[in-house]
Amino acid sequence: MYSYNDFDEAFVRERVAQFRAQVERRIDGSLTEDEFRPLRLMNGLYLQLHAYMLRVAVPYGTINPTQMRQLAHIAETFDKGYGHFTTRQNIQFNWPKLRDVPDILEALADVEMHAIQTSGNTIRNVTADHFAGAAADEIEDPRPYAELIRQWSTDHPEFQFLPRKFKIAITGSPNDRAVTKAHDIGLRMVRSADGLPGFEVIVGGGLGRTPMVGKVIRGFLPTGDLLPFIEAIVSVWNLLGRRDNKYKARIKITVHEHGIDEIQRLVEDRFVEIRPSFSGVDQDLLAEIKRHFASPDLAERSVDAFEAARRADPSFRSWSDTNLAAHRVDGYAIVTISLKKPGATPGDATAAQMRTMAEIAETFGHGELRISHEQNVILPHVHKADLPAVYAALRAADLATANVGLIGDIIACPGMDYCALATARSIPVAQEIAERFEALKLDHEIGPLKIKISGCINACGHHHVGHIGILGLDRAGVENYQITLGGDGTEDMVIGDKTGPGFACDEITGAIERIVMAYLAERLSPEETFLETYRRIGIAPFKAALYEQGETANAA
Amino acid sequence: MPSPFTPKVVTANDLLQGDVVWLTADDRWSRDMREAELIEDEAHADIRLIEAQAQRSVVVGAYLADARPGATGPKPVHFREVFRTRGPSNYAHGKQVGI
Ligand code: HEM
Ligand code: SF4
Repeated sequence: MYSYNDFDEAFVRERVAQFRAQVERRIDGSLTEDEFRPLRLMNGLYLQLHAYMLRVAVPYGTINPTQMRQLAHIAETFDKGYGHFTTRQNIQFNWPKLRDVPDILEALADVEMHAIQTSGNTIRNVTADHFAGAAADEIEDPRPYAELIRQWSTDHPEFQFLPRKFKIAITGSPNDRAVTKAHDIGLRMVRSADGLPGFEVIVGGGLGRTPMVGKVIRGFLPTGDLLPFIEAIVSVWNLLGRRDNKYKARIKITVHEHGIDEIQRLVEDRFVEIRPSFSGVDQDLLAEIKRHFASPDLAERSVDAFEAARRADPSFRSWSDTNLAAHRVDGYAIVTISLKKPGATPGDATAAQMRTMAEIAETFGHGELRISHEQNVILPHVHKADLPAVYAALRAADLATANVGLIGDIIACPGMDYCALATARSIPVAQEIAERFEALKLDHEIGPLKIKISGCINACGHHHVGHIGILGLDRAGVENYQITLGGDGTEDMVIGDKTGPGFACDEITGAIERIVMAYLAERLSPEETFLETYRRIGIAPFKAALYEQGETANAA
Repeated sequence: MPSPFTPKVVTANDLLQGDVVWLTADDRWSRDMREAELIEDEAHADIRLIEAQAQRSVVVGAYLADARPGATGPKPVHFREVFRTRGPSNYAHGKQVGI
């Protein structure tokens, strides 16, 4: 994986020293909160409902066992023994004390990590497919491109005062696992008619209060043209973007206001202008970066032990049915470790669990770990012969939940249990839904189903693209949950449709159950997924199930 | 007729610990809402808020929250303020175990 060069190392150390001095000056009163707030936010430190929260970046979701152990150490030493993995491929600590934060940042710097959020109206951390470098459907590992964009955009003089923040997501596979259509720029690797790798370039996606599906601005971009093309997009938006209103400043609004055809024309013109100024230095840099992401040595071995364990142990079989994904090398698998045990907080891992995952990665996984935006942890390269041992170790650490992609694999933002911006809680809703379906023993019968929950309109829980989305609101001083159906976060992204009036906290689980029962009654066969059924029959039968029978809806 | 004034408490987060605190009538910051000063007068509320906000190296983000009288002291009105007296609902962390 990418390791810090001297510049990165010195930069991170200097930032820690600066922040230590700033904390001291805040405590002795020489800095006011108004002066200190932007400084702490730049270092990933938020003040939430009950405590401070420190957000630590996991660039492109890639993390090694030493770093994972350090997170465990931080959780135990400075927090309450756990950490929370988020949809942005970050980890959050919910209980740090102000005086300890410089020491935490120092401990992170020791393992080449940081909490620098590169906040402000700049190009933010690039997010990538969590199966990068391992997926069977992958054309190329997208992470070197993500790192190239990071190095090019950091301190780029033209892009320090953009109209608003700018987020890029990248996937090396045609199957989009990085929600590229919900980003300012999405890059999805595809092949040209003659087999060359390149990117489908998408602009203007986003969720939040004005959800928009990104639009294709270039169907095929050769990989060598990546930086000039992105620069052309950003520079067109830099001129057109609305600086008068922060809710209208994102490129999704610019694309909406000017139309994709006009934006496309301007971007292509600008691209022709600036392309010659890219002399090829970027391609040399890319080649250098790629060496850091070289594949581990994946040896050929027999998979008999795996097949035998599948025959002998039904619980191993069930886990391997749901939690494995196809690897590009025969005999290997990508393991998803579910952090979604029914009743647990989605995305939370204890220090002991972090250590177990680090150890398994070291012993069986070529020392590689990933954080997914679905709040799970990935072991990207495990030989199938080792899976029975991996499973046993996960089971001993209470990490062997077999529910990836099923109804219990719920994404939930922290909501009003932690977040100061929340309008309602989301974690207890996730817990109760997962427990209800666990009790009903229906999750495998229901099949693939993604529930996503946000505690306010900022949509950190991606509720708009949940097959079932839940948005927590405050209706006249009472928590109220609005449901959307039919959302999809893949390359065919769709924003879900609102069903109607929301439900009270004690009604929402029952409402979700009625939706799922309606699906089971309506589907043509067990093979027809929830999303396929919804697309075929539309919202009406689900509305009927929600509002015309059972308990009465609490009109909002 | 102007709408009647809803009683208030002054609340904030502690600068060093980050946890929730309430302003008492004798100018302390308490971790127990029941000790808070219940302010029934709008002009007095404004003054108490200004005094609280001036304590810049003790608390962060002081504001007035609706409250009502209870048998053992002021009680929260809005659910957000109820959660602030307790802590998160997913773990026994925060005030629900601290006090
Ligand atoms: C708890 C502290 C948090 C705060 C204060 C916070 C705040 C926000 C705000 C204000 C936005 C909207 C930005 C905009 O549209 O311009 C946002 C977006 C977002 N947040 Fe958070 N967030 C928090 C936690 C999280 C967590 C835990 C996750 C992951 C589970 C997350 C993931 C995201 C994502 C993915 C977006 C982008 C949504 C979009 O496409 O518009 N956030 N956040
Ligand atoms: S969606 Fe709202 S409640 Fe949830 S984490 Fe984001 S800002 Fe907080």
